Amino acid sequence: MDDQVDHSRRRLLTAATVGTGAIGVAFAAVPFLASWNPSARALALGAPVEVDASKIEPGQMIKVAWRGQPVYVVRRTQDVIDHLGNHNGMLADPNSENSLQPEYIKASGAARARNPEYWVGLGVCTHLGCAPSSAFERRGEFQLAGVDLGADWPGGFYCPCHGSKYDASGRVFKGMPAPKNLTIPSYVIGANMHIMIGVDDASQNA
Amino acid sequence: MSATSDSAAAGKSRGFINWIDQRFPLTSLWKEHLAEYYAPKNFNFWYYFGSLAMLVLVNQIVTGIYLTMNYRPSAAEAFGSVQYIMNDVSWGWLIRYMHTTGASAFFIVVYLHMFRALLYGSARKPRELLWIFGCLIFVLLMAEAFMGYVLPWGNMSFWGAQVITSLFGSIPVIGGTLVEWIRGDYVIADATLNRFFALHVAALPLALIFLVIAHVMALHEVGSNNPDGIEIKKLKGPDGHPLDGIPFHPYYTVKDIVGVAGFLLLFCGVIFFEPSFGGFFLEAANYTPANALLTPPDITPVWYFTPYYAMLRAIPSFAGTQIWGVLVMGSAVVVLFFVPWLDRSPVKSIRYKGPLYKIALALFVVAFVMLGDCGMHPPAGIYPILARIGTGVYFAFFLLMPWYTKIDKVKPVPERVTGHA
Repeated sequence: MDDQVDHSRRRLLTAATVGTGAIGVAFAAVPFLASWNPSARALALGAPVEVDASKIEPGQMIKVAWRGQPVYVVRRTQDVIDHLGNHNGMLADPNSENSLQPEYIKASGAARARNPEYWVGLGVCTHLGCAPSSAFERRGEFQLAGVDLGADWPGGFYCPCHGSKYDASGRVFKGMPAPKNLTIPSYVIGANMHIMIGVDDASQNA
Repeated sequence: MSATSDSAAAGKSRGFINWIDQRFPLTSLWKEHLAEYYAPKNFNFWYYFGSLAMLVLVNQIVTGIYLTMNYRPSAAEAFGSVQYIMNDVSWGWLIRYMHTTGASAFFIVVYLHMFRALLYGSARKPRELLWIFGCLIFVLLMAEAFMGYVLPWGNMSFWGAQVITSLFGSIPVIGGTLVEWIRGDYVIADATLNRFFALHVAALPLALIFLVIAHVMALHEVGSNNPDGIEIKKLKGPDGHPLDGIPFHPYYTVKDIVGVAGFLLLFCGVIFFEPSFGGFFLEAANYTPANALLTPPDITPVWYFTPYYAMLRAIPSFAGTQIWGVLVMGSAVVVLFFVPWLDRSPVKSIRYKGPLYKIALALFVVAFVMLGDCGMHPPAGIYPILARIGTGVYFAFFLLMPWYTKIDKVKPVPERVTGHA
């Protein structure tokens, strides 16, 4: 028997074994990584929710949970609606070009709503996900969470975590930590102001 | 008679040690890491914090194991189980307060330990890898502390987790998917709590222990630095041991016991008299259960994260994304890894460095404390401005270091450590 070691053959076999092993490890890692994705139960709980908005008074807001996130449903006063277009110069993204919402919401302009009177949006600050507080009266001397919102406050939202301010359509003001307007989910307004959150049109089944 | 029985007993125990040594390197480990590990003899106050960090690690592991015996990692039961530990479990309050106070104590001793390295140039060649292991420990410690803070499932736990996991959402393209992957749901939920529990009690402690072992092994390979920043291995006596070195055991084990006594005095004082430490160690908002529809009026992390949190919110969003604040906060930690190469001074210790380094280090400490204070206040009034100044000073300290350490006037370094007999 020859004692000589064939090094090139050994290198090839070592490389082939390591390569095959690495592919095996990569495949074996998939279940462990994918296991962190939302489970079937979490996905099922992401189904649409229905809200009865008919009982909301003008200037009032209700919060509902959809996919565990707060969704704000606001009935805006006519005064606030009339002035929505007046402060575009103070906003970071007045036309919602850079924000997340369905196309039909973007097309609605400053109202950012299917029905200008009823505004629906995620109560999740686009900065780091806090739930903004709200102050819908216009031009009051607002003191919210110890912060003066200024005399020319057009009504809207204030995030207590890092100080982002949004108008009553959830459009963020310039120079705020939040980069985008509040996200608006898909929703449809059905009969008797029953709002279905999480679907784009009534034919989509919950 | 007694002399013979003594030596017989000694012979017996040697025999037993011999039996072990033939099967496990007990004596050689003991000698290498304690009895014959020669440490510089001029260690001062600042050298307590390494051994204290290890003491706190042991405290966290022991009390943590006991907490898992009664804690329930589910969104429905977590908050209640912590109240159960506090009120019904025998001595549960003590074990939990030891754990919560230990978390803050960990960061106190680790920050002081790191500051020691900046004082005496302990990160510099040949201790770069030792420093990097230390930085990795710091990063893991932050992850460990963050996930531990989520477990009681108070409202600040929930919203803190919401804010921190959202950081990943600012990454372009994959951000949204990544956040859902981390949370295991559309929002912070039961799945998130469960996996944080698994990471907090199993994965991260294992990694931490491994890194601490690597940190100590690297230290014992290169040898300890000292307040003079001199390599004691350069001057060895006829016995082959450094002239300015003394065996770690018994000299520094005894010294460290004094440090431990002082530490425990303060530690127990907090546990027994002021466990929430005026809201710094345990925040009031966390005494109410997690509520997805109610953000606390001001989300502030525990004190040890506030310097970095202040940097995060000091940076406004730009070009339609708020990733810049996240990048700045991340860079503030990453920049630490480069300290061994940023410091270009010909001397290591601050004792022989010039005025520029002393001023820079003093400004850095002021900025760090100021950032810590900014992170605890709502981002209004003077605080965003102070946070921006603090962030600038923090980064200037590191990024300008190659320049100011090079032109600084240094003093001559002595041959032997100061105060040697």
